[in-house]
Amino acid sequence: MSNNSDSQSSLIPASEIKPATMELEAVRSKLADAKGPKYWRTLEELVDQQAFGDLLEREFPRHASEWIDPVSRRSFLKLAGASLALAGLTGCTKQPLEQILPYVRQPEELIPGRPIYYATAMPFNGHALPLLVETHEFRPTKVEGNPQHQASLGSTDLFAQASILNMYDPDRSIAVTYKGEPRPWGEFLGSIRGRVQYHKSNQGAGLRFLTGAVASPTLGSQMRAVLQLFPQAKWHRWEPIHRDSIRQGSKAAFGNYYDPIYKFAAADVVVSLDADFLSGSWFPGFLSYSRDFMSRRKDPKAGMNRLYVAESAPSTTGAKADHRIPALNAEIEKIARALAAKVGVGSAGGEQLSAEQQKWINAAAADLAKSKGRCLVVPGVFQSATVFALAQAMNAALGNVGQTVNYIDPVEIDPVEHTQSIRELADDLRSGKVQTLVVMGGNPVFDAPADVQFGDALEKFAANEQNQLIQLHIYRNDTTDFATWHVPEAHYLESWGDVRSYDGTVSIIQPMIAPLFDGRTAGEIIAIFIDQATTPGHDLVQAYWRSQHSGDDFEAWWRRALHDGFIGNTAFPARQVKANAAVPPAQTAHVAGQQGEFVEVIFRPDPTIFDGGFVNNAWLQETPKPLSRTTWDNVAFISPAMAARYGFLRLEQKTIEQSDRAKNVNADHQSDAENVIEINVGGRKVKAAMWPQPGQPDNAVTLFMGYGQKRTGRVGSGYGYDAYSIRPSGSQYAGFGAVQATNEHWSIAVQQGHFTMDDRAPVRSSNLEEFEKEPNFAREEPEPARDESLYPDFRDKGWYQQHAWAMAIDLNSCIGCQACTVACYAENNISVVGKEQVQRGREMLWLRIDSYYEGDPANPTMYFQPVPCMQCENAPCEPVCPVGATLHSTEGLNDMVYNRCVGTRYCSNNCPYKVRRFNFFLFADYETPIRKLGRNPDVTVRSRGVMEKCTYCVQRINAARITAEKEDRRVRDGEVKTACQQSCPTEAIYFGDMNDPNSKVAKWKKNQRNYSLLADVNTRPRTTYIASVKNPNPEFEKA
Amino acid sequence: MAPQVQDEIDVLPPKGVRPPILGPGQTLRTVTDRIGGVVLTKHTPVFWLLIVAVAVAITGILNTAIGYLLMKGTGIWGINIPVGWGFAIVNFVWWIGIGHAGTLISAILLLFKQSWRTSINRFAEAMTIFAVMQAGLFPLVHTGRPWLAAYWLFPYPNSMGVWPQFRSPLIWDVFAVSTYFTVSFLFWGIGLIPDFATLRDQAKTLTVRRIYGMLAMGWRGSARHWNRYETAYMLLAGLATPLVLSVHSVVSLDFAVSVVPGWHTTFFPPYFVAGAIFSGFAMVLILAIPFRYLYGMQDYITLRHLQNCAKVMLATGLIVAYSYLLEMFIGWYSNDKYELAMVHNRLFGPYSKYYYTLIFCNIITPQSLWFNKVRSSPALLFLVSCVVQCGMWLERFVIVVMSLQRDYLPTSWGMYWFTKWDVMTLLGTMGFFTLLFFLFIRFMPAISIFEIRALLPQAKVKE
Repeated sequence: MSNNSDSQSSLIPASEIKPATMELEAVRSKLADAKGPKYWRTLEELVDQQAFGDLLEREFPRHASEWIDPVSRRSFLKLAGASLALAGLTGCTKQPLEQILPYVRQPEELIPGRPIYYATAMPFNGHALPLLVETHEFRPTKVEGNPQHQASLGSTDLFAQASILNMYDPDRSIAVTYKGEPRPWGEFLGSIRGRVQYHKSNQGAGLRFLTGAVASPTLGSQMRAVLQLFPQAKWHRWEPIHRDSIRQGSKAAFGNYYDPIYKFAAADVVVSLDADFLSGSWFPGFLSYSRDFMSRRKDPKAGMNRLYVAESAPSTTGAKADHRIPALNAEIEKIARALAAKVGVGSAGGEQLSAEQQKWINAAAADLAKSKGRCLVVPGVFQSATVFALAQAMNAALGNVGQTVNYIDPVEIDPVEHTQSIRELADDLRSGKVQTLVVMGGNPVFDAPADVQFGDALEKFAANEQNQLIQLHIYRNDTTDFATWHVPEAHYLESWGDVRSYDGTVSIIQPMIAPLFDGRTAGEIIAIFIDQATTPGHDLVQAYWRSQHSGDDFEAWWRRALHDGFIGNTAFPARQVKANAAVPPAQTAHVAGQQGEFVEVIFRPDPTIFDGGFVNNAWLQETPKPLSRTTWDNVAFISPAMAARYGFLRLEQKTIEQSDRAKNVNADHQSDAENVIEINVGGRKVKAAMWPQPGQPDNAVTLFMGYGQKRTGRVGSGYGYDAYSIRPSGSQYAGFGAVQATNEHWSIAVQQGHFTMDDRAPVRSSNLEEFEKEPNFAREEPEPARDESLYPDFRDKGWYQQHAWAMAIDLNSCIGCQACTVACYAENNISVVGKEQVQRGREMLWLRIDSYYEGDPANPTMYFQPVPCMQCENAPCEPVCPVGATLHSTEGLNDMVYNRCVGTRYCSNNCPYKVRRFNFFLFADYETPIRKLGRNPDVTVRSRGVMEKCTYCVQRINAARITAEKEDRRVRDGEVKTACQQSCPTEAIYFGDMNDPNSKVAKWKKNQRNYSLLADVNTRPRTTYIASVKNPNPEFEKA
Repeated sequence: MAPQVQDEIDVLPPKGVRPPILGPGQTLRTVTDRIGGVVLTKHTPVFWLLIVAVAVAITGILNTAIGYLLMKGTGIWGINIPVGWGFAIVNFVWWIGIGHAGTLISAILLLFKQSWRTSINRFAEAMTIFAVMQAGLFPLVHTGRPWLAAYWLFPYPNSMGVWPQFRSPLIWDVFAVSTYFTVSFLFWGIGLIPDFATLRDQAKTLTVRRIYGMLAMGWRGSARHWNRYETAYMLLAGLATPLVLSVHSVVSLDFAVSVVPGWHTTFFPPYFVAGAIFSGFAMVLILAIPFRYLYGMQDYITLRHLQNCAKVMLATGLIVAYSYLLEMFIGWYSNDKYELAMVHNRLFGPYSKYYYTLIFCNIITPQSLWFNKVRSSPALLFLVSCVVQCGMWLERFVIVVMSLQRDYLPTSWGMYWFTKWDVMTLLGTMGFFTLLFFLFIRFMPAISIFEIRALLPQAKVKE
């Protein structure tokens, strides 16, 4: 009975059971509304609720009383099942939450494991880099060029390749903040709306916008709408790597702003006046220009072009020149003037030029005169307006306009002169005219001209509590210190937008992924000012183009634009403009009096981190700068002669060989303790590590901008010097200053210590004249015969029958731009190791570009040689591995079996090319979750203690092979493109199946200039090189 | 037991007379007491405690270095690309080389019936085993993933169906070194059995007697025992003799098989073997001289032994010197640009000072051994041996690092800077070696008792 009573008492009378406050239906609906990570968050919230706790703790919370009801048994069972399923939640709380749900509805076109490519474009320095982006399950993993777009033709530069890493940067700004405190977006919106209302009442007085160069038609139209609504508001522009000289020069020459468009493919003779059109995307059109230019150098016998370069800072463009002359920045203008006089523009002003320079001018002028209408004079974007005007006048006089050069309306929306614009803004900030400043992108506190003292102006501005600085930026940077509101900016891969490329063609920027950190675009911020705060970015862009598109097929047209990655026929038409006949007066006259003890100080964007925007990008930090091969720091180039004068070099080094031999004393340097010099420009000083750079004009120091930011992330801090801090607005790219030696040293991480070839001839070159006499110059030393071995060949009949993968690299076309290196980082999940490890000689790059110098250090001949794995047929690495972790495939690849590798490093020791890389530590980031999103799922992330190397992108080969096998055919030529090949702007890398006689690579291998690197070691490399042929003017010496 | 310094033993005999193998006045009793007494005494000498304490501390450094290595990876060392092998391989070859003298003394000299070997063979064999233990450590821990290398390098049938790559010299190494260690260990162990029996019989306490009794494996000294013992010993000597030559030849193939200029040389095997014996005998002297002094063993390890070791060193040192010359000559004679550059790099490269130090240590210093005065002075011999040991370490450094540092493409050349972890590991193995050696001296007869007894005039049996 007692038992009975016990059980009686444990029964809860139906009347006492409170109905659960939460209905399961409500739970379900709540869950149904939630998506993605929110789904789980909702569940967690549910679990925390009292009612839900009851639901879980008591087995039958409210149906206990209905036990006797036979009708409810079904609902009881339902409940029991649900409780059980949900009860699991409490037990799972300690495990990481992972989504394991399959797609309930499979997204259209998505096959798990197969990448999907979407077209988009990257806004860069006021123009577009058109892209195709590889996405895996809607995560962008790799950026490629858009092959259909004129401004890319399938290639990319290193900035585009590396931009993806910025998106997955854990140091990105992740929250809207008000004076540093996180705030919800709604609060920001409310606050700004009040601000907007206020400014509406005062016509926009005190409302200022600051952006970089804008090439987005939508944003442009929005800005115009804003300026209409707030007539007294002002829109300032500041791009630290601006093209003011082109603007000024264009105004001087044509009376208006125009952008020049060059046609290098049509030019037989190209004269570059400090124009580094083969160096980087800061020269708009770089990708298509370099391809066009190199298209005339693929076959030396088919009308090779000739390149004359006069340059003030050694560049990769100068390295490719047939005649290069180093000149001070101030001398370039004189050279331009003298050259102009020779081709019939203006008259020479009795310039003092060296004999070398005079000879160069004579030869160039003669060549230009010979090929009127088929030549080109290109002024540099960092040169003075005068040089621009002179160059365009020369082009006009030589009949090149319409042939090799055209002028179009500027790609930048409502162009202004940036230096002027930022100065006006700073003045207004100081005088208290500004109440609301909206800074979208950029970091003016860091990179504005030194004499503008933008930080100082902002401090004055911020002192007034009423004033507000609203900043939109992907990072929290130096400018954020003054920001009232900071809004995280959406990365271009997360945003909707549009942008024009260098020729005016519009690309729609479409997002690959929803903003990771709830970022906003500039368009969405501006929309608040025109009362469209709730309009999503997509609608803003679409609305603009709906207004631009006539015809009722908008949807189809829009889809086509998205699919192609550009809107057809939006390139700007060529304008018929006449160059002003009058030669502009010299702008650099003030220089003359200052020479003597003064040296020229030249400012250039950093070749890998550009204006500083990429400072937290580890791939770009570790990518060696072309020419100097330094990483992680910026250096100050001075000429070797100047370094000797300052006593920095211990030995007299008159030749490259001597400077290399000097390193026998100083040791091969992966880590170089370089002397620090102090550069003084107009009283502002900065200390920089000097770097004796062959080819640097004497009495000049070249500083690279972008380093030295105070607020960066985990990657960019603590390296380099801040060149912006002494960059005056009057001489943005070159000025005069003083240099002083100090006793300090700064160690530099260098990836290459020797720049001479010794007698090993890794790079072979000739010139056109000699090539015609001796076409087989690259193969002077006969390669060992195939049977020249002590051992019988292990390869029986089955080997190399199906495919024989091979690569040929055209040294004539390689411009050393490093795009391939960064592409390789992205494609193959290559780890970065950091400055200290680079100094130890442990960099991981699979594809390096060796640089060689030859001749006089004052003006050497320079060569680039990309070195991936040679995939030797007689690979020395293979027989020495004790566990068989590197094996020869029947298609000729040296396969690396990562999970078999125990890391003896014997293979690397035995590799004559030293292309193998070792994980000395756990270099791969296994910790940061966001980094995992961006990795290529087709490539293993290597752990510690494992050797790795170039695989010819074997994952791409396998993907193509699978497709081909399904379709029962051979892999077609061009179907497999290695990452390096795909990114190369000049198509210098050919890859394919040697067995296919019609493949490009097979044809190049038959070329008489084709040779193997270190052929005498009898490794039989599959990667071969096409020797370089230059085209110097045969009459140069007579000139 | 305080060291019994018997300086008069080291007095040179008149010209033309060689010092005796044994000191005067030895009987069967004194031999057993003196040698066995070191082990059986209850009084552990203070110097022993001090040395072992220091050695334990240094072994602690080794453990720290290896522990940290396993935690972080080989990156804590100075190796890089292009110099993928550094201290670890240098130390490996160096220790393996040191390990050569023991087996040479015990096996080859036994076969050649060199009776003077008996005084030094026991501890030279111990030295071999301990040195090979140090050496064996390095190939394992120098790999990136030692937890896999520990068994993937051995051919064992497995479900993966994967075997080691038998073309790789590193696999040959695994076999050569493990075989060498096994045979040396057996040889040493078998030689110890009669002496363990002696200790068992001399032991004063039950525990000690039981321990040595077990180690003696039932040795009773019957004629049949002696017969089997002699047969086994001779057989093992015959087995060990080719190993003396093969181990270092195989180790040298690690280098000779590769394509690296400075490694790719056919004369490496004899060059390495000569170098190994050179350093091995130097190590014997480094151990014997303090040992005979500390334990007063001048009667058993006489000047004769020291002189003979010195003579072997002089001979092998000359072979080594010839090899250095040959290396340079072949480099020049080949007229191969890479070989010439290698020679140039040795002589004028950034590490040339290491090369010149090596020449001083290994070629110039041993020439002093031409002089009887040097050969008869334990102090000078000790000094010369230490210099030679440094030289032999440098030789391996020159071969390993200086060849890798500059090979084919100048753009890939690079320097090698060792780290504190490299030094700690090298130092640590020295400490560990010392620890093992002094434990051996304390607990095992460091000189073969029964073989010394066989040298006494009393032991001579008229046939």
